Amino acid sequence: MNLHIDDHQEGNYGMLKLSGEIDAYTAPQLKEKLLTLVEEKESVEVDLTKVSYMDSTGLGVFISALKLSKEKDHNFKLINLQENVYRLFNITGLNEVINIENTIKGGLS
Amino acid sequence: MSSLQTDMQDYKDLLSKYLETKDEAILYQAEQFSKQSIQQNISPDEIVNVHYQALKDIYPDLHEQIEGSFKFLIETMISYGLAYQEHQVLREKQIELKSEIGVAANMQNTLLKTSVPKTNAIDIGVKSVPAKEMNGDYHHFIKDEQGNVGVAIADVIGKGIPAAFCMSMIKFAMESFSENQIYPQWILDSLNRVVNKNVEQGMFVTMFYGLYDVYTHQFYYASAGHEPCFILRNETKEFEEIDAKGLLLGVESAVKYEQLNTSVFEGDLIVLLTDGVTECRVDGRFIEQEEVLNIIKEHEHLNSQEIVDHVFKYFERLQDFQLRDDFTLVVMKRNTSLSV
Repeated sequence: MNLHIDDHQEGNYGMLKLSGEIDAYTAPQLKEKLLTLVEEKESVEVDLTKVSYMDSTGLGVFISALKLSKEKDHNFKLINLQENVYRLFNITGLNEVINIENTIKGGLS
Repeated sequence: MSSLQTDMQDYKDLLSKYLETKDEAILYQAEQFSKQSIQQNISPDEIVNVHYQALKDIYPDLHEQIEGSFKFLIETMISYGLAYQEHQVLREKQIELKSEIGVAANMQNTLLKTSVPKTNAIDIGVKSVPAKEMNGDYHHFIKDEQGNVGVAIADVIGKGIPAAFCMSMIKFAMESFSENQIYPQWILDSLNRVVNKNVEQGMFVTMFYGLYDVYTHQFYYASAGHEPCFILRNETKEFEEIDAKGLLLGVESAVKYEQLNTSVFEGDLIVLLTDGVTECRVDGRFIEQEEVLNIIKEHEHLNSQEIVDHVFKYFERLQDFQLRDDFTLVVMKRNTSLSV
């Protein structure tokens, strides 16, 4: 399974819409796009509506983005996480440090 | 070069004899010639050239087209020879790397060795199986001066050799803590600072740390983003989740971990595990864990080491069994007064 990345940018705002799976194979391309965006834009959102699976490499990418956003004093937010993807953020305590909005299917929040 | 010239003379003789007689014994000699050429590092294009020169000597009025075709073949063989050589070098490198990884894996086993503490209060069993050669999982036992038992179980996000280095660092940090400071919260607070300072971006550690007080039979625990652990109650034969909130090690520098505790009664069984902890396939994401717990329940009357061994035997028997991730299981059972 692949990861498809849609990229929308407007002024100081950037949004990535992801669909597919985030794993060791797809994470590098996501990391490259996401870190560039967080570096350049004051506010970045990642829409995970269509991400059905993510493993720990994906967590690594989002942690890197979080660290970079703090360094740059930029906003970084994840939106629309599926329940099983949210579970990872919950177990690892990352839901407390990463801005996460709307989880879907069962509505964990 | 002189040896090539003698060989060339030999080759010419062989070739002309063979063309005359079609004697198969000569093919055997040709094979010897090939073997010698390899030993002397003679490239494929040189052999074709030897053949071409020999042919020209035997048939001086060789057709121009055939001469041209040999020049063409020699050029082709030069590229082939170079590509082949490169391939050989890579293969040798690969073998070398493989053996170095083997050495590293051995070193990891030696460095990370931990022994299961013996105590009258609890019976401990442990099994850890890496998915690849290097294990990204880690478990460690500490026994303090009063005889209380500390247990750590951890998983490094980011696998392979860097993960193994990270584990060694954590082990040495843990061993440097003085022997009366092994409360879980303190351990995780301190380890978080160590990992945060010393580990490169993109590598993180989940850890569950527990301390079993052998006098009060309290189990203190804290979790740094680790999968929940469990306790099988002897009275109800039901599992209870034991989990504490806490961030992965290495994300933020100042984290205060939550510490909880639970009373452990006779025959209760504590289960700590990593099961590709942070994997979350939609289909069957809990199944693996549930299966593990069921097998533990079925064998809870056995001693702890037998229980963990049964779990792994069960998985080994499954068809197409292949570990997706490193798998570590620790079982600690409070002895009943009869069995002490």
